[in-house]
Amino acid sequence: MTVHDIYLLSPELALVALGLAIVLLDLVVQRKGVLGAVALVGLVVPFALSILLWGDVHAEPTETLSGLFGTLVVDKFALFFKFLVLGIVALLVLASTDYVSKLSRSQGEYYALILLSATGMMLLAATTDLIAIYVALELASLPVAALIAMLHTDPRSPEAGIKFLLLSAMSSAILLYGMAFIYGFTGSTKLPVIAHLISSTATPGVPLGAYPVLLGVVLVVAGFGFKLSAAPFHMWTPDVYEGAPTPITAFLSVASKAAAFAVTLRVFYVAFEGVSLDWALLFAALSALSMTVGNVVAIAQSNIKRLLGYSTIAHAGYMLVGVAAIAARAPAGDGSLGPQGVLFYLGAYAATNLAAFFAVIAVCNKIGSERIEDFAGMARRAPWLAGVLAFALVSLTGIPPTAGFMGKLFLFSAAVDTGLLWLAVVGVVNSVVSAYYYLRVVKVMYLQPPPSEEQVPSSVPFRAALAVAAIGVLVLGVLPGPLLDVARAAVATIVP
Amino acid sequence: MIPEPAVWAIILLPLGSLALIAFVIRPFFNRAARLSGYITILALLGSLALSGWALKSALGHEGPIGFTLHPWLTLGGPTSATGFTFRVGLLLDPLSAIMLVVVSGVSLMVQVYSQGYMRGDPGYSRYFAFMSLFTASMLGLVLARNLIMLYVFWELVGLCSYLLIGFWYHRPAAAAAAKKAFIVTRLGDFGFLLALLYLYFHRASFVAAGLDPFDIADLHRAVATGAIGGMVVTWLAVGVFAGAAGKSAQFPLHVWLPDAMEGPTPVSSLIHAATMVAAGVFLVARLYPVFVASQMAMNVVAVIGGFTALFAATMGLVMNDIKRVMAYSTVSQLGYMMLALGVGAPVAAIFHLFNHAFFKCLLFLGAGSVNHATGTFNMQFMGGLRRVQPWTYATVLVAGLSLAGIFPLSGFWSKDEVLVAAWRGGTAFSQVVFWLAMAAVFLTAFYAFRMMFLTFHGQFRGGVEAEQGGHASGEHRVHLAESPAVMVFPMVVLGIAAVVSGFLANPVVDLGPIPKHWFAEFLGGALGETHPQKTSLGVAVVSMLVALGGIGLAWAMYGTRVLSPQRVGRALRPLHTLLTQRYYMDHLYERAIVSRGFYKGACQALEKFDDNFVDRAVNMVGWFSRNTGHSVRRLQTGQVQLYGVGIVLGIIVILAVYLIGQ
Repeated sequence: MTVHDIYLLSPELALVALGLAIVLLDLVVQRKGVLGAVALVGLVVPFALSILLWGDVHAEPTETLSGLFGTLVVDKFALFFKFLVLGIVALLVLASTDYVSKLSRSQGEYYALILLSATGMMLLAATTDLIAIYVALELASLPVAALIAMLHTDPRSPEAGIKFLLLSAMSSAILLYGMAFIYGFTGSTKLPVIAHLISSTATPGVPLGAYPVLLGVVLVVAGFGFKLSAAPFHMWTPDVYEGAPTPITAFLSVASKAAAFAVTLRVFYVAFEGVSLDWALLFAALSALSMTVGNVVAIAQSNIKRLLGYSTIAHAGYMLVGVAAIAARAPAGDGSLGPQGVLFYLGAYAATNLAAFFAVIAVCNKIGSERIEDFAGMARRAPWLAGVLAFALVSLTGIPPTAGFMGKLFLFSAAVDTGLLWLAVVGVVNSVVSAYYYLRVVKVMYLQPPPSEEQVPSSVPFRAALAVAAIGVLVLGVLPGPLLDVARAAVATIVP
Repeated sequence: MIPEPAVWAIILLPLGSLALIAFVIRPFFNRAARLSGYITILALLGSLALSGWALKSALGHEGPIGFTLHPWLTLGGPTSATGFTFRVGLLLDPLSAIMLVVVSGVSLMVQVYSQGYMRGDPGYSRYFAFMSLFTASMLGLVLARNLIMLYVFWELVGLCSYLLIGFWYHRPAAAAAAKKAFIVTRLGDFGFLLALLYLYFHRASFVAAGLDPFDIADLHRAVATGAIGGMVVTWLAVGVFAGAAGKSAQFPLHVWLPDAMEGPTPVSSLIHAATMVAAGVFLVARLYPVFVASQMAMNVVAVIGGFTALFAATMGLVMNDIKRVMAYSTVSQLGYMMLALGVGAPVAAIFHLFNHAFFKCLLFLGAGSVNHATGTFNMQFMGGLRRVQPWTYATVLVAGLSLAGIFPLSGFWSKDEVLVAAWRGGTAFSQVVFWLAMAAVFLTAFYAFRMMFLTFHGQFRGGVEAEQGGHASGEHRVHLAESPAVMVFPMVVLGIAAVVSGFLANPVVDLGPIPKHWFAEFLGGALGETHPQKTSLGVAVVSMLVALGGIGLAWAMYGTRVLSPQRVGRALRPLHTLLTQRYYMDHLYERAIVSRGFYKGACQALEKFDDNFVDRAVNMVGWFSRNTGHSVRRLQTGQVQLYGVGIVLGIIVILAVYLIGQ
């Protein structure tokens, strides 16, 4: 391990150091509010290091730096996800300052585990080696299992934690099994090498070129599909989302999903690029299935967290549209549009879903209920929270001028561009269906009388987090250009 | 030369005022609501000053000043066949410079006036927040270089008109009027949207010529070089005109404007003078080369305009609500502007828009002032107000004379140009519309002075107390006095403008620093009309005489009562009924088309289809979903081992499909 390797790994190392520092600090400080502040300020270091790396990568002719014997890569794609995850964590820390008082004894662990999990997510986007991918995935998942189970006062929380742990272990096993097949066939764990071997030995007529690869790829898809919460590997999602502490639900729904999409895009667009026609249709099918299952089942939900859980499944489906929009199908089309759309959508979705979850956190904390009908009259009891939640739900539906609209526009136009018109139609129809349950919440908040006139309070840091997320939704909806440019630069490294 | 950020600031200042009022004043300082008014006025002062600077820059600059185009969003990539980049930018040319000054100036006056008119209203802050957005949207519309950006602001203008007409949303009439305005203009907007989509689908011919189909300057260029032509241009122009007809209340989409009275009076004055209705005329002028390229489209514009000018004026003859008289007058005057555009005189159209903005705004502010004293808008319960409201009387008289087109007030100059343009148009259509317009001159003078005599002359007839049978509610009551200075001041300013704007803006002889015909020369270059209209003494004299005739008839009927209005009404009963019922247009729309055609016809047919087809399908889906939901719920037991089985089953199914499908 050279100094250069340490430099390339420095954002992750800084994040780990920050997590450990908070655990130590937790032992000595009495006022636990300090911990959140330290976490927030400390995030500046990995952020600054990532900016530094962006400059270096930009100066490099290949736009890629690699270290740790080729397992670690730093390119714009990886850096995009570093920024995204760091941004999500910063907002989450800001918004958790109220919530953590519920976890009286384990506030330090709460922040530390989030930071460690974020480290895993950042690494997940920055490796081109199957073993390293697996390790990063575990690093990202295990702290989350502990976080889900952290709310001792609610029996649903430990239950959800155990469920997540068990199913996560199972999906990891499936993923490893799949990786083993691929390694067995190609003799390498490096994605570029795998790509070369697969495209040079592919047998025409056999799905994905060879049966071991087929088996391996399907198992890998199942393993990633679990993390993406794509149907039919989604069934853990509603239970875990409902049971987990709400900020952790938010974390799972945006950061975890972003990391899962990062690794999915990298593995499939790099290692299996030569046989893309064979797997793209699988993703298209999973996409259509996830959208439909997520939206149809969401209609019947009465718990807001479960509703957002099913909505997450649907949004995984929308984003899979971008994964399926490969260049090989349409020579006139542009194959980088799909991944670009996914990256943009992840940013847009992070802002939107965080805004929605933050508003839900504040409201549920006050009224002590997660039932949608208990949100009645919220527009009068908490006009700002209700306004932001309504705005976020409009964005989730995909109505301008919000980030969600632009995200869907890019994804669906990528689908049309690469000859997946039918999938775009499925997506649009699903968006219409989703309007029903999203706007129902808005209706309850604005048109039904409140049971009491008592105001719903919120702290200043919390409001700041809420405002940043809401402004993000608006800005991305009106000026999508800058984020799209960054996404384009990021995708250029995986889609030549 | 004005730098680009300063031009953006013209739009952003009122937008900032909206943000400040909505996010700071209303939540935190709602007690100090008067601040909202001051903020709005300050923002508009800034906009007006910058607009003046913009006008000065446009004057000193040959041709339009196109500022940098900023890429807004790119669909598709550079290599893809469907790729397209949408750009936004500002376009400052004589047309937009003049509109900027009119919009920000008139809006500023209206805001000052609103300080008095809206005092004590519980929605004071909300009012100024919406007014800021309204003005910002109109300024953005005027400055947009790109049709997509223009369309966004166009829709924002529509949204604001909805919000402001329905400002007193607790009154059912206001809520209904707001909806009506929104829906009727939407019909026209749909045409505009179709035109934009049509343009988008023809983008290949633009891209081949290196042009951007949504860029206004490029669109002009494409028409000039023949990159597009024939029916494409005609359809484009007709679609755009549909949008313009909706916003500018042209027949048959005029029905929303008279109902829009339900909003606060200053809102009406802004809508009628500078923002909403001016947008349609502006749009046609903006895309004038497109219209010129299609004689068919020009004829449509001219005939609709000419017909609307006369048609609306006839309804203005019999209305008793002072604001309705003016509403029909606006529709009629907009008809003049459209007909001028249609006969190839865009300068005359914009000149008339410019003059009309001042005197029409003033007329509405006057109506508000009169209402302030009498508590009603019904002219039958007014009268004699010239003694208690001398300032209002004087300013409204000026505006009325200007509206009637009496020399040397501003309305005379522009109306005369419109008439001359029609007279010299040279086609059969322009001959027809000339006579329509000439007839409308008579009617305009008549209803303007009918309004003057009924409101300000004779004896006071009791105001709101008489109207409501002696017991007026607390909100509206009679207190016969001049309005406060904050309301009178803007009226005086506008009154001065109504006197001089016509002559000073476009003098027929050199006037010291102002060269002869500078407005026409300045604007004509931008609109491709290089030879300013020659004034025609004959047309001027005839139109003056006709107008004086109209005033004389009004005097005879409502001033001296030599002719009894009642007897005239009885003698012409069918006509009178037809007019008071507004040609049954609202009946036609609401009863026949909406109730019978839409609800009874289309909806019932659809209902049958719904019952027999959709419902069955839905029931099937419902049955299916319920059962699926049931089974899903059964699957979603919370039993973790089942979830694991689900994953494994998913893998097996995928593998099976691959193996079977290979």
